[in-house]
Amino acid sequence: MFTFIIRRLLFLPVVFVGVTLGIVLLMQLLSPTQRAASYVTSPQQLANVEAIIKRYHLADPWYVQYWTWLREAAKGNFGYSKVAKMPVLKAIGERFPSTVELALAALLPIVGVGIWFGTAAALNRDKLIDQVTRVMSIVGWSLPTFVLGIWLLVIFYGALNWFTPGQITGKHAIELANEIANGTFHRYTHFLTIDSLLNGRFDIFLDDLKHLVLPVITLAAVSSAQIMRVMRSSLLDALGQDYVRTARSKGLAEVVVNNKHARKNALIPVLTLSGFTIIGLLGGVVITETIFNYPGMGSFIANAATQLDYSSVLAGAVFIAIIVVLANLVVDVLYGLVDPRIRYN
Amino acid sequence: MTTEPLLDPSEHDLHPANAQPSGFWRSKTFKRFRRNPLAITGALIVLFYILVAVFAPQLTVTQLSTFRNTCVRDLGLGFDNVHNIANPLKGVFWHAMVAPPASCFDIPRASYSSVPAPMSSKLWLGASSGGYDIYYGLVWGTRSAFYVGLLVIGFALVAGGIVGSIAGYLGGIADNILMRLVDVIFSMPSLIIAIVIVTILGQSLTNVMIAIAAVAWAPYSRILRGDIQAIKERDFVDGARALGARGPRVVLRHILPNSIGPLLVIASLDIGSIVLTAAALSFLGLGAPVGYADWGQMISFARDWIQGPPGQPFAYWFVSFWPGIVIVIFVLGWNLLGDAVRDVLDVRS
Repeated sequence: MFTFIIRRLLFLPVVFVGVTLGIVLLMQLLSPTQRAASYVTSPQQLANVEAIIKRYHLADPWYVQYWTWLREAAKGNFGYSKVAKMPVLKAIGERFPSTVELALAALLPIVGVGIWFGTAAALNRDKLIDQVTRVMSIVGWSLPTFVLGIWLLVIFYGALNWFTPGQITGKHAIELANEIANGTFHRYTHFLTIDSLLNGRFDIFLDDLKHLVLPVITLAAVSSAQIMRVMRSSLLDALGQDYVRTARSKGLAEVVVNNKHARKNALIPVLTLSGFTIIGLLGGVVITETIFNYPGMGSFIANAATQLDYSSVLAGAVFIAIIVVLANLVVDVLYGLVDPRIRYN
Repeated sequence: MTTEPLLDPSEHDLHPANAQPSGFWRSKTFKRFRRNPLAITGALIVLFYILVAVFAPQLTVTQLSTFRNTCVRDLGLGFDNVHNIANPLKGVFWHAMVAPPASCFDIPRASYSSVPAPMSSKLWLGASSGGYDIYYGLVWGTRSAFYVGLLVIGFALVAGGIVGSIAGYLGGIADNILMRLVDVIFSMPSLIIAIVIVTILGQSLTNVMIAIAAVAWAPYSRILRGDIQAIKERDFVDGARALGARGPRVVLRHILPNSIGPLLVIASLDIGSIVLTAAALSFLGLGAPVGYADWGQMISFARDWIQGPPGQPFAYWFVSFWPGIVIVIFVLGWNLLGDAVRDVLDVRS
C-alpha cells in the first residue's frame, strides 16, 4: 500500500511535466509579444515588450522557454490576467475556493443519490423503484450541462424567481465587500460557506447555500446518473455471487448480507468511476459556472478564453491538472482501503 | 466525456476469430440487439437524425423560399424555382443534398430585432434574438453536427491508429512514452484541453474540430495497442515475418485488418459525445461564428432570454426549449444505442 502511494506520487511529476510542457509547446504557436503576458505582473510592464521578450528568453528555443517558464511558475509568477485585471495567481487564488466549494457540494448528492438509488434498484429488481431509477439514470445521463442549466434557470429564476444566478445576492455582496474592506469580516479560509459561519453571519451562509442549489443540480445530474447505473449493475452482480449465497445459508440477516457482503464489494467499480467523475466535474464547472455566473475557476477560464487572455487560460489549465491528479490519488488510496485484494505490486 | 470501453477486443463477437458463421443479420449478436427495446429506440433516434442531416435542404424548402438567403442564389435558383430542391428529378435536389454551398449553413434572419419572435406559420419554431430562424438553424445544425462528428472521428481514428500501432508493435521505450502521453490526456478534463487549444489556435469551427480530435485519439490508441499486443503473438504474424514481411507491412496487412473492426464500432458510437463537446465549446462562444447553423450556438442565444417580460415568465420559452430538446434527444439516442452495442459486444456481461 505504501509503495503504491509512492508510485502514484511519482506519477504526479509525469502529469505535471506533460501538461506544462504541452502548454509551453502550444504557446510556441503564439508570437513572442503574445507570450509576454504570461510573464509580467502588471500591464505597465508590457509597455516595453522588447525588454520582457529579452528578459524571459521568449524568442529563444522552446526548451529555454520551458525552463524560464518553470522557474517563473515556481516563484508563483503566472503572468498578468487581462480579464481579472490582476496577477493570474491572485485571480486564481480568489476563485479557486469557490470552485472547490461547488465541486464538493456537488459530490455529496452525486455519491449519495447515485449509491442510494442504485442500491434500492438492485435490491428491488424490476419493482417500481427499479423502473424509476432506470428512467432517471437514462434521462439524467442524456442531459448536457448547458441544456439543463439553461432550463433550470428559465424555470426557477425566470418564472418562479426562487433562485438567482451568482454566488450571493447583490445586497449581501455590497455589505460583504464593505465589511471585508473594514476588516469586520475575516477571510479565514476564503471558502465563503466556512468564513460566513466563522464570522457568525448565518444570513450570508444561507444565501450562499441557496445560490449553490441550481449549479449543484446541474453538475450532479449526469454524474449521479452514471453512478446509479454502475451501482445497480455491480450490486446485482455481487448479489449473484457464491459468497453472498454462503452468507445467506449461514443464516445471516438479509440486511447484513446486503450491506456487509454484497454492497461493500459492489462499491469497488463505483470508486473506479469516481475518479472519472472528478475529472468530469472539473470540466463541467466551466459550463455550469458560466451559465450561473458563479465566480469560480471555470467561469474564469471560459471568460479568459473568449477574450483571448492567454496567460489566464494556460495557468487555469495547470491548476486544474494539479487538482485532478491529487483527487485521483485520493481515489486510488480509498480503492486500496476498500478492496483488500489489491496489493499494488 | 470519453470513458474507457470496458471490453477486451479479442473476446467479443465482432472479432473475426469469434464471428458467427451465418452472417451478421442472423448472428447471435444481432438477435440480442434486436430483442432490446431500448437499443431499437436508440437506433431509430439516431437514424432519424441522420435522415434530417441528409435531407436538410428538402426539409427547409419553405424557409429557403420565404427568406431567399444567399444559399438560394448560390444554388443557382431564382424566385420561382426554389421548390426544385424538393424534386428528385431536378439536378439541384442532388446538388443541395450532396454538396450544398457553404452559405446554406448561415441561418436566415427574419428580422434584425434583438427580441425573440414567437412561433408563427412563417417561423415554425420561432426566431431567437437577432431574428435567426430556429427551425432552419436546428435542421442545418444537425448536418453540421454530423459533419463535425464524422471528421473528428475520422481524424482521431487515423491518429489513434498510428500511435496505437507504433506503441503496440514496437513496445519498449516508444510504447512507454506514448502511453504516458495518453495517461496525461486521460488525466485532464477534455473540455479544458480543448479550450486551451482553441484559445491558442483562434476561435473557429475548424479549430474546435482540431481541439477535440487532439483529445479524442487517445482512447483509440490505447485500445488498438492492446489489440496489437495480443495479435502480434499469434502464429499467422510469425508466419508473415518468416516470409520476410517487415514492420509496417506486418502491421498494415496482417495485424490491423484483424483488429480494426471493433475499434470502428467503438469510435462511431463516440459521435454523440464529440458533437456534445463541440456544442459545449460553441455554447461558450469559442466555436462557429454568429449565425452559423450550430446547436451549441442556438442554445447560447437563450442565455439572454431567461426572463420574460413582467407578467409573462415563459414568453420566450421556445428559444431555450427547441434547441435544448433537439440536443437532449440526440444524446439520448446515442447513449441508448451505444449502451446496447457495448453490452452485446461484451460477452462477459
